Amino acid sequence: MRTADVTALAALGSIALFVVGLKRLSRVRSARSGNQLMAAGMLVAVVLTLFELGRVDWRWILGGVAVGAGVGVATVLRAKATAMPEIVARFNGFGGAASALVAVSLFWAAVVEDPTATSAVEALGVTAAATAVLTVLIGGVTLSGSVLAELKLRGTVEGPARLPGRSLAMAVLLGLGVAAGWEAVVAHDATLPVVGMLVLVAASLLIGVVLVLPIGGADMPVVISLLNSLSGLAAAAAGFALDDPLLIIAGTVVGAAGLILTQIMCVAMNRSLLNVMVGGFGGDVEADTSEYVNVRSSDAEEAAMVLEAAERVIIVPGYGLAAGRAQNAAHEVAKALIALGVEVRFAIHPVAGRMPGHMNVVLAEAEVPYELLVEMDRINQDFPQTDVVIVVGANDVVNPAANTQPSSPIAGMPILDVASARRVFVIKRSLSPGYAGIKNELFERDNTVMLFGDAKQVLDDLAAHLHLARR
Amino acid sequence: MGPLLVSLYVFVLAGFLGFELINKVPPTLHTPLMSGANAMSGITVIGALTLATVAEPRVSTILGFLAIALATINVVGGFLVTDRMLATFRRRR
Repeated sequence: MRTADVTALAALGSIALFVVGLKRLSRVRSARSGNQLMAAGMLVAVVLTLFELGRVDWRWILGGVAVGAGVGVATVLRAKATAMPEIVARFNGFGGAASALVAVSLFWAAVVEDPTATSAVEALGVTAAATAVLTVLIGGVTLSGSVLAELKLRGTVEGPARLPGRSLAMAVLLGLGVAAGWEAVVAHDATLPVVGMLVLVAASLLIGVVLVLPIGGADMPVVISLLNSLSGLAAAAAGFALDDPLLIIAGTVVGAAGLILTQIMCVAMNRSLLNVMVGGFGGDVEADTSEYVNVRSSDAEEAAMVLEAAERVIIVPGYGLAAGRAQNAAHEVAKALIALGVEVRFAIHPVAGRMPGHMNVVLAEAEVPYELLVEMDRINQDFPQTDVVIVVGANDVVNPAANTQPSSPIAGMPILDVASARRVFVIKRSLSPGYAGIKNELFERDNTVMLFGDAKQVLDDLAAHLHLARR
Repeated sequence: MGPLLVSLYVFVLAGFLGFELINKVPPTLHTPLMSGANAMSGITVIGALTLATVAEPRVSTILGFLAIALATINVVGGFLVTDRMLATFRRRR
């Protein structure tokens, strides 16, 4: 057997580790070991590749691995626990960028640096040339889209809710990218292929920006999981360009997993992927943005008195909880209530927050036991028997208009049915609308009381009053 | 069957495999799953490793070096951050 055959056979071991690891990662009990198995699979793949390379110059390779490992470890160790979503978005962008760079490097070596080569199609073959272009396109979109997503998660970039002519801009950029990619791989010329490749890179980066810029709010989880899927597909495309089955398999599995997650997020909003990608909520639908009437507000002291008398309380967290770093305060309130003998649970809407499972991660970081977190489908029937609901920084996912107003932009979106509880406290800075840009009629209901203020401050006050009640 | 066809078979079957593996994942794990899968997409590092094998600093070698560095950040950082997240999930009262 040749060395290449031996390593190819051994690569099956790496694939097995990936598959078993991913399977275990999708169950809470085995998740951590699953992640470790996947990491082991990656290590096996890297070692095999190095072994197969044999006697080459190692300096660039070792340098790249050392820099990458150092930066990777430092980034994770230095990151605050609350910044996990941003970190995930950034790493995702790096993955896409790496795949794109692999394709550009392959192209450069075959066309620009090889004096005998005429075009990439002739030097690499049609399949490799075409998939290299595809890799650059997908990888570039992943990079700029993920960087922008990270900035949005940080709150550095807001972005307009509607971008005029966005679909047209996307179509033009995509057309430009494909045309430039075509020139890059077929042109018989000294400079045209290089120009084509550079235009392709620029166009793909711009597509990522145009794609992500106007998306926010509850649509953010959709775009994040889509970018995750794209980083996998970029690796798979690079696998086609390099004719490496390990890249194709691992990349495609990630691509498929990301697509499923994207689909779950879309279903959670009762919208199609296309609808989300076209951008913004509603558009031509008449949105109710009239002034609020009959809004009642109160303070933490009164709210605490109501909570003390309750038997069942449900806390509904939204993005405002994560943005206001109020997860520990929310846990304190829950602990204070539990100490008073109150049954407390957290209701998690699938698209609450800015990434899939955002609320789960944020609350886990505050050491809220995950048994207390109940997903929407299982907890919705319990709201009518619930004494008090505390909504913290959530808006569109608790708006009854989704069920009651067929003309609403969010009509048909599954919501947490908090309005059917006996009393609802909404902790919010002001009456400003959520991402959908519409009025929330929950705030006008007779059983709703607003607690205006910073989420963390209000929750801290609530916890303080509840602790006093215990004595 | 030509090599492209074999690759296409692998691609399609891997797609089905991905769908089957991830179906019915509990919402608690959405973020760690995404993060772990994202680290796995850093598999592109093994492609990058084959592109920076000469000492001479050509453009293709520099690009390969950058690809190795970025993919390694993705892999090492991705698996670490996932592990860190999952560690918080295990704590109970």
